[in-house]
Amino acid sequence: MEHDPFKWGRPDNATYGDYDYRISNAKNTEFPSMHTQQPIVTGTSVIAIKYKNGIVMAADNLGSYGSLARFSNIERLIPVGKDTVVGISGDISDLQYIERALDELEVENDYDGASHPFKANHIHEYLNKLLYQRRSKLNPLWNAVVVAGINSDNEPFLAHNDLLGVQFSSPTLATGFGAHLAIPLLRKVADKEEDVAHVTKEQAREAILQSMKVLFYRDARSSNRFSLVTIDKDTGISFEKDLKVENMSWKYAETIKGYGNLQKF
Amino acid sequence: MSNTIASEYGHTDTSVPIEHRFNPYSDNGGTILGIAGEDFAVLAGDTRHTSGYSINSRFQPKIMDLGDDLVMSANGFSADGDALIRSFQQQLTWYHFNNQNKKLRPSSAARLIQHLLYGHRFFPYYVHTIIAGLDEEGKGAIYSFDPVGSYEREQCRAGGAAASLIMPFLDNQVNFKNQYDPATGQARLKTYLKLDEVLNLVRDAFTSATERHIEVGDCLQIKIITKEGVREEFYPLKRD
Repeated sequence: MEHDPFKWGRPDNATYGDYDYRISNAKNTEFPSMHTQQPIVTGTSVIAIKYKNGIVMAADNLGSYGSLARFSNIERLIPVGKDTVVGISGDISDLQYIERALDELEVENDYDGASHPFKANHIHEYLNKLLYQRRSKLNPLWNAVVVAGINSDNEPFLAHNDLLGVQFSSPTLATGFGAHLAIPLLRKVADKEEDVAHVTKEQAREAILQSMKVLFYRDARSSNRFSLVTIDKDTGISFEKDLKVENMSWKYAETIKGYGNLQKF
Repeated sequence: MSNTIASEYGHTDTSVPIEHRFNPYSDNGGTILGIAGEDFAVLAGDTRHTSGYSINSRFQPKIMDLGDDLVMSANGFSADGDALIRSFQQQLTWYHFNNQNKKLRPSSAARLIQHLLYGHRFFPYYVHTIIAGLDEEGKGAIYSFDPVGSYEREQCRAGGAAASLIMPFLDNQVNFKNQYDPATGQARLKTYLKLDEVLNLVRDAFTSATERHIEVGDCLQIKIITKEGVREEFYPLKRD
């Protein structure tokens, strides 16, 4: 008798020959399995700045398909728990995967009813591990992520994380084009960690609004509609959605010389 | 398998499609430096974190206190550096659990780091690693590693972006290379440097590296290990 249960119920090898395992291993695709090699639908910059009592962060609502403005109502600021907002740029499908992973994490954590809510530093560490693990499998999540919130010491927390698992923290952070266009404007307000104590919520918000305007002027993959979030130590998270870039000037630039760096006034 | 033919007109013809491949590595700049003295050791690094020409952060310290009077830094690709230090800390926790909180010696820490690095021989941690501590006799100890785990105990070592700028300066000032006594013509005898002399050398090394290397600057972090324990100092560097 054949004692291997995996060989039961098959045509008799002695009569019909060995089973050709290529049949069961065959795939119905001509390609081997593939990993993400480039983002498809993308979100542009996320920008954020710390102030005395918290953080202001903003991101526009556009999902671009290359140079096509494909989706115009994508929300890229994702609240996690009561103290954290995650701002995500890069691939939108990977954004939605991260959104789901964070939701699952929260459900799992709340399940037993014991109250150990996640703080911003915990969410940041989780995302760092997730992104680094995926890059190490050479199957990255194609995003740059800014985690803003309140940490376990009840202080404002702001950190950046990218598709390679590279992680860092600074009083001002921006992804993508924002790192070139917005960071210089934001660092005028809060350059060092010591400066943060002197920055008010209004100053921080004003700097973010100005930066969103400059980004809309110069980043061809941006839109004029954006979301802004304020995370305050005392008053918690407050979202402002459906904001628009205001007070733009498109008049003839007769005083601009060269690239604008030669202006005397 | 080169299918690329260079033409005289500076453009290239390819007979195969161009392949785009995800590159799992990047370089986050920064530089580190360790010097051992007779009864102390120092490990220093700048706090600038970069990607290309962008300064991501002006204050992202990378010299880590591991406990057991050991300090460590893994400079290069910072995601790998962070991962290496975290896995070392995890191993150290297990070592304490299994050995009644026995203090880990620098020589043993060094051997462990070799194994952590060589374990990734075929997908390396892209970092230059340095640890500092005091050996069994209480003498300063510096161990330095290449990305795949080759290591050596040394009197001093610079690592990272500006290593090639700092190391020759250290050869001359710490190990007295190319220094001769003008009276006798004999090579200057090696002696231990005092702590304040070493701190001055470290600060000079970093101010000079900041002048000549764009990825170095913002702030200098120095951790000093003596028999009293580990202490830390910060000094400003140029932020341009």
